[in-house]
Amino acid sequence: MSRERIAKWKSSPLLWPLVGLAAVLLFNAFFTPSFYQLEIREGHLYGSLVDVLNRGSIGVILALGMTLVIATGGVDLSVGSVMAISGAVAALLLTETSWGLPLVVPCALGAAMIAGLANGILVAKVGIQPIIATLILMVSGRGIARYITGEKVIALVNDDFSESFDFIAGGHFLGLPFPVTIAVVLTILTLLAVRTTVLGLFIESVGANEKASHIAGINARGIKVLVYVFCGFCAGVAGLIDASNINAADTANAGIFTELDAIFAVVVGGTALTGGRFTLLGSVIGALLLQTLLTTMYTFGVSSDTAPIPKALVIIGVCLLQSEAFREKVFRASENRGGER
Amino acid sequence: MSWLSRKYLPLATTAVLLVLLFATGSVIYRDKNFCSLYVVADLFSENAFLGITALGMTIVILSGGIDLSVGSVIGFTTIFIATMIADHQVHPLVAWTFALTAGTAFGLIMGILIQRFRLPAFLVTLGGLFFARGMAFVIKNESVQISHPFYKTMNKIVLPIGGGAELSFAAMLFLALLGGMIVVLHYTRFGRNVYALGGDEQSALLMGLPVARTKIAVYAINGFCSSLAGIAMTLFMRSGDPTKGMALELDAIAVVVIGGTLLTGGVGYVTGTLLGVLIYGTIYQIKLFAELPSSLATLAIGGLLLAFILLQKVVGVRRQN
Repeated sequence: MSRERIAKWKSSPLLWPLVGLAAVLLFNAFFTPSFYQLEIREGHLYGSLVDVLNRGSIGVILALGMTLVIATGGVDLSVGSVMAISGAVAALLLTETSWGLPLVVPCALGAAMIAGLANGILVAKVGIQPIIATLILMVSGRGIARYITGEKVIALVNDDFSESFDFIAGGHFLGLPFPVTIAVVLTILTLLAVRTTVLGLFIESVGANEKASHIAGINARGIKVLVYVFCGFCAGVAGLIDASNINAADTANAGIFTELDAIFAVVVGGTALTGGRFTLLGSVIGALLLQTLLTTMYTFGVSSDTAPIPKALVIIGVCLLQSEAFREKVFRASENRGGER
Repeated sequence: MSWLSRKYLPLATTAVLLVLLFATGSVIYRDKNFCSLYVVADLFSENAFLGITALGMTIVILSGGIDLSVGSVIGFTTIFIATMIADHQVHPLVAWTFALTAGTAFGLIMGILIQRFRLPAFLVTLGGLFFARGMAFVIKNESVQISHPFYKTMNKIVLPIGGGAELSFAAMLFLALLGGMIVVLHYTRFGRNVYALGGDEQSALLMGLPVARTKIAVYAINGFCSSLAGIAMTLFMRSGDPTKGMALELDAIAVVVIGGTLLTGGVGYVTGTLLGVLIYGTIYQIKLFAELPSSLATLAIGGLLLAFILLQKVVGVRRQN
């Protein structure tokens, strides 16, 4: 590899998330060889790697929306609650009406996008700080979802629709679980939208300096509203996969703490929380890294209850590495050592 | 009246709202004796742990920060204390001391990370949320009963407020902490530093105030408050549970904001937080009397939060003009 190429790679935002992912995969190669076993049953692929992709797809989808929101200098704490709302709407319509999936899915996604719109209006038009504006929906969104389902878990079993709804999470496409397909398609579409049009540039510009973007003629507020609506949409899709996965709308547990996972994926992926430049692929890798980490821990008998501990340590570690103040201190220390030599 | 519109308007609004809410409940449920000292005592006793958490949260928000880890620290504290007492035969007072030390140390570490390495507070405390919840499950992944005689004694210590109604020990802890907070925030140099830091960190730094020390101390104090809230919760539930306090940080933030404290920091009163806790409690009491689904109470809290933030916005805009 030429020197310029190496230099380019070194400065790539994808470097660190990829190194992290490689480290976890390497660890598995040595300590859990079964991690790489794949087998084909009834035309479908099975194995830990497929599991990571399947379970990670919700995280990937949420990370897409969260990346764009964070790129505009915001954050969306309500994605977990919006997931619950979308699942609740879908379950209610499936059980209470005779509507088919082609009508139910748009309704559920529409509800999620309305929630995103509410966030966007509060942030962009009213001017409330994003943490707080989305906190409101985080608190009351779960209440809305619980109210929709009448405070109980709506089970989706033994009905005509259940098979088609089941396909969202339980189906397969090209031998892979269907959520993987959804995640891949959404990622490609989002990438196309932000990298082949000026949209990505506008988002970065709004995140870097809202006032300057406005003066330059960019509809900064409109862009902000748009990314929150998109984030709501992503949460809606994730909510449908989640509800289909457990065949129920469990509003108390659906999407709980997923906002934190999504923020984690974005931060690990190399997008700064201060907004501006973003990397969608980094976030996707971040989400997969998180899922690989979790799956690895589960194979070592770490219960899902205690899994948050390593998660927290990784998130703080990554933040420290990204922190100017931390790097300065460490860097200066190593420089001093060099000087003594 | 000009002093009222600026400084005390949010506080006055909160007070009026509390009176209105309580009066509404009293009128609608007069046959069920809503307007009684029992209900008032319940407002304090049942929400003592929320109140203690919210007081800690108030000081963090006043300093311009935020702490999302409080609910997890409460969960950790309850299971830590219950396991120490039930499985290791440690005296509750010793367990409390350990728990308070652990909570304070935890807050201190988060404060140091936030201050020394300039990390965003919401991210560090988010990590803290994960970590403390995980640690709670490491200790034990199921609920543990507390049947120590000391707890029976503590639950017998009550403060009669007339008419047979009485405040629990946890409620007294809450009120004592409230008194302490008022003194610390309004009558000490440290309190002034907290307000100055929340008002404008840069200015506080230029004025020569000990910004770093204050900032770290604020998170340590909040860690202490969270574990104290955990203790109050063990008194109330007589058990420890690693799942306790889930999403309580959001209730705490809501209560602080409804109490008139500006989320941007620098403006607010702990007295407002007391009013916020009472409003929160009253909404849940009305829900209880009306036999409404609890999702409606959650929605009401969310709506109130929104209304108060909008009010803050309007007041803030006026100040700028």
